[in-house]
Amino acid sequence: MAPNSSPKKEVFRIALLGNPNSGKTAIFNLLTKLRHKVSNYPGVTVEQKTGLIRLKNGKMAEVIDLPGTYSLTPESLDEKIVAEEVTKWIHNINKPDVIISVVDASNLSRNLYLTTQLTDLGIPVVMALNMMDRVKSGTIDHHLLKEKLGIQSVIPMSAKQKWGVDQLLEQLVDVSESSAKDQSFMIPLNIPSQVSEVLEPVTDLFREHMGYSPRLAVAQALRIITRKSALDLYSNVGTDFEGIDPTIFEKLSSVRENFIQKLGILNYSHRILEATLRYALIDQIINDVQADRTKVLNEVTRSEKLDRILTHKWLGPVIFISIMYLIFQSVFTFAAGPMDWIDALMHRLGETILKTMESGMLRDLIVDGVIGGVGAILVFLPQILILVFFLTILEDSGYMARVAFMLDKMMTKVGLHGRSALPLISGYACAIPGIMASRTIDSWKERLITILILPLMSCSARLPVYTLLIGAFIPATTIGGFISLQGLVLVFMYILGTGVAFILGWIFSKFIPVQGKSSFVMEMPPYRFPIMGSVFHQVFTRGKLFIKNAGQIILAISIVLWFIASFPKSPDSVNGNRVEHSYAGKLGKLVEPIIEPLGFDWKIGIGLITSFAAREVMVSTLATLYSVENEDDSVVHLSEALVEDTDPDTGKPRYNILIALSLMIFYVFAAQCMATFAVVKVETNSWKWPIFMICYMSILAYGSSFLVYQGGRWLGY
Amino acid sequence: MPEQLTIAQLSTDDVARIVGFSGSLELQSRLVEMGFLPGVLIRLIKRSAFGGPFQLKVRDYYVSLRKNDSENIIVEKLI
Repeated sequence: MAPNSSPKKEVFRIALLGNPNSGKTAIFNLLTKLRHKVSNYPGVTVEQKTGLIRLKNGKMAEVIDLPGTYSLTPESLDEKIVAEEVTKWIHNINKPDVIISVVDASNLSRNLYLTTQLTDLGIPVVMALNMMDRVKSGTIDHHLLKEKLGIQSVIPMSAKQKWGVDQLLEQLVDVSESSAKDQSFMIPLNIPSQVSEVLEPVTDLFREHMGYSPRLAVAQALRIITRKSALDLYSNVGTDFEGIDPTIFEKLSSVRENFIQKLGILNYSHRILEATLRYALIDQIINDVQADRTKVLNEVTRSEKLDRILTHKWLGPVIFISIMYLIFQSVFTFAAGPMDWIDALMHRLGETILKTMESGMLRDLIVDGVIGGVGAILVFLPQILILVFFLTILEDSGYMARVAFMLDKMMTKVGLHGRSALPLISGYACAIPGIMASRTIDSWKERLITILILPLMSCSARLPVYTLLIGAFIPATTIGGFISLQGLVLVFMYILGTGVAFILGWIFSKFIPVQGKSSFVMEMPPYRFPIMGSVFHQVFTRGKLFIKNAGQIILAISIVLWFIASFPKSPDSVNGNRVEHSYAGKLGKLVEPIIEPLGFDWKIGIGLITSFAAREVMVSTLATLYSVENEDDSVVHLSEALVEDTDPDTGKPRYNILIALSLMIFYVFAAQCMATFAVVKVETNSWKWPIFMICYMSILAYGSSFLVYQGGRWLGY
Repeated sequence: MPEQLTIAQLSTDDVARIVGFSGSLELQSRLVEMGFLPGVLIRLIKRSAFGGPFQLKVRDYYVSLRKNDSENIIVEKLI
């Protein structure tokens, strides 16, 4: 072994970087064959995906997927994460052995901007030239591109058609076996001599005090001059990097100011310096490697033709509303079959256990607690999967960017941003990824308002509650022969939450001060048919999470609930309800006076308490309560139990359509899922906002339920 | 010399060459990184309803821009 060769590392580290919409995640999925784990970036809640793979030469490699970014200069929060990570690499913290630069071949010049920045880092770069299926064959000379950029290799590929991945993997093996770095020593940018002269004090600081290579020194000098935020990365970068010596930081600051002044005298704008130099290089490279560029601007693409309809002044909004309506209707109709199957399966499972096991406490626990509680929740899996499926398709097809485009004007009127559309619509699946997706909104005020109103978008955890109550109490009739009344009530709940969210957004925007300027520079990617593998993977992940929840949180709550609902055992002589005299019954009775004006009794009261863990727990709670209550050895059907439950004193049904509506409306607004508020705390970096949200949502929920129930009673229902 | 306009003054399907910027400098840094540089050609694809954002084509891609931001990009219209 040569004395200066680096010690053999256990794991070869591969970092994936690329523009948004370049197909980075699809390549990540292909490389890791979907075997990856999702964790959080240290200190922040953005997901970091890593996957362990074995290369063909037997070496283990770790693939790290970073958020999509246009540049290493930090602007939005997503970009800041990438810029911070790269700053650590420069200082030999977590440095990867190779970077895969994912490039959209159909949008070469803008994608190359990031690639040229990556080549300056002194880390081998392999380019995955993706989306070759969208480019006319023979129009890109990828051999020449590799040569011009001076990188390890350029691999043409298509993640969608699944070709080129093997070549990419082979290239990774090559890089892992060679220690040579064939990258050039000098930056390839053509910097005018008068600029490079005045730039020298900055590059010298980087070289002398931080040991940067000449190339990296120039690249970093250009970056900190273009943007102050790039300089600030040197003062504090999260957990593993404490920043550079403060005295050097001071020096950097002052030479930066000095340079900007001198540049001004030379009549250059420092803000566009790096971009001007890099695009000069890129345009020259493009000229050499890409043929047939004359018609690009005037070519009316298929996407543009589709946009004439889909973002049309009048047709566009009509189509959008129809799509959303169809999605929610189909969530109800398509899921009906599979839901019945799961229900029947749970029923049979319970009955089998009743027949085969000896009666006793353990059997009661399994049948009433576990199957009753968890089974009641699993029934809703098909609905959640269908909802996530449609939302993923909307996003992956490029349609969501058009929704943002169409809604921007309306959104800004209510204090939001066009980019709020995606987080808000993902809120229909779950508020937490929605809150994280709000990071792409660059103005703090609009981002904060998006977060504040997001939990009002009815998430998939409310769906079980709505479905149960609608199925039990809303007549299954149709209006005009084709619109189902049950579907309509469901859609109404979604519209109610969404409408109130917008009104509140508008009110909040009057009180929250503006911080930073807002703009809407958003790429509108071409429409594409979603990669179905990726869509199903997303659906699968969400389903797994739901089952995991059912298996852990809901199982634990169901078991605890079974105990407190079953004990103390009331003597047989007591007439009426067994649960009413248990610990759980006492707990419910304790809160009953508070919720009575809303039409809720003690059973719902228990459900409201348990659903602080997760909203869908209401359903499993009611299921467990009714299972325990049921004295014969049989399996309870929850929605029938709700309808048949009668008050022994009056002989009237305990629940009716009015109480069902009041409860659903309570669920539209109530602050229940504690995980959401934990995420808001991290994202807004203070307790102030989550506490504010819990307060306003609770008041809203109580107030509107009160109005509905009391109003309904007054009208004589 | 052709007349200088802002992007906001263009009509659908006009092709124009970027000359420079005015106004907010923060936006300027973002735009240049995405390839909006003096000398680059753009085409106005769509002005959305009710004074909403514009859709442009620059280089090989489509991008949206608010009306007030497009007033800060100076172009010369190509005939």
